[in-house]
Amino acid sequence: MAKITASVYTSHVPAIGAAIDLRKTAEPYWQPLFKGYEPAKAWMKAHRPDVIFLVYNDHATAFSLDIIPTFAIGCAAEFKPADEGWGPRPVPVVKGHPELAAHIAQSVIQDDFDLTIVNKMDVDHGLTVPLNLMCGSPAAWPCPVIPFAVNVVQYPVPSGRRCYQLGKAIRKAVASYDEPLNVHIWGTGGMSHQLQGPRAGLINKEFDNAFLDQLIADPEALSRKPHIDYVREAGSEGIELVMWLIARGAMNDTPPRVLHRFYHVPASNTAVGNLILENTQ
Amino acid sequence: MALDKPYLDVPGTTIFDAEQSRKGYHLNQFCMSLMKAENRARFKAGERAYLDEWPMTEDQKQAVLARDLNRCIELGGNIYFLAKIGATDGKSFQQMAGSMTGMTEEQYRDMMISGGRPIEGNRYVGEKK
Repeated sequence: MAKITASVYTSHVPAIGAAIDLRKTAEPYWQPLFKGYEPAKAWMKAHRPDVIFLVYNDHATAFSLDIIPTFAIGCAAEFKPADEGWGPRPVPVVKGHPELAAHIAQSVIQDDFDLTIVNKMDVDHGLTVPLNLMCGSPAAWPCPVIPFAVNVVQYPVPSGRRCYQLGKAIRKAVASYDEPLNVHIWGTGGMSHQLQGPRAGLINKEFDNAFLDQLIADPEALSRKPHIDYVREAGSEGIELVMWLIARGAMNDTPPRVLHRFYHVPASNTAVGNLILENTQ
Repeated sequence: MALDKPYLDVPGTTIFDAEQSRKGYHLNQFCMSLMKAENRARFKAGERAYLDEWPMTEDQKQAVLARDLNRCIELGGNIYFLAKIGATDGKSFQQMAGSMTGMTEEQYRDMMISGGRPIEGNRYVGEKK
């Protein structure tokens, strides 16, 4: 049977992608950030999964205001890097895993989570920047990826509670897949940031670190945090952090092993967090 | 019955909710059209004429022409869509975000490097800055 063995949490700031694409990673501004991801990259190399289930959000790229799905699962065989206004990022095409994706869709919808099925979609920096941060810049990504897009652009976005419960449904779905696949689930976005209005530039290190602590130790309680706490404390775009609860909900109920934790301010307008949790059984 | 909007007292922040989205639909879809190179070229060649192809309000068009992002947001714009105008103008996301704060580009960048805008005094409308 397939199994989720680990979860990865990381920010997905577009400027990080630009720094990689323009070969600026060694510059003093970016060097501490990329250095902080080195242990995560080494872990990734040593623990290559068969499939990554990657929770992210689309930033007005694949989804305009014509259609706004709350939860969308990518079931295609491949997903092209999107042109976000500067031409597509020079990164590999993302290969999907249509069989597992379809299996998860069927199981999760039967569990009352009404997903949108997407069979054609380009993926933006929200998905490709985490892959770069964790895998570097290879000629091909190390394994198939199932993109899972969450609406965190138009309010109301799904609640932390809903995301956490959805994670549990995904755990169950993966566990009922016959092939013995090693699956990682990633939650991306955040941490504190605000990109709009006179309060733009907001960063809240205390909130972010308390969030990381609670995500590790008591995700059940964290899942009850209301939207307004994210908005007020972590900025209007800090709400992306609810996506981390999907990945956390997909982990076993026993306490996970913390393999890596990193926090850095700033990447452009944003606080960056990275966490790796491994299931202990 | 009124909808629950507990975020209205967060200072300097407009939450892009269903109501804002309804107001800003055409403004945001205009922005979305700038994802295509040929549209960017047409917009640059004649901004007013290009905007007039969209059923936007006059206020929305004026806000775009003035690159007044705060006004665009007030009129229903969303920052991820408005960012397409910035990309067309060759501006970085940091330049765009900074332009809404009343700070110079350099002041904003320095603030971010020294840890960002602090949360103290920035939780509720009317709090001391």
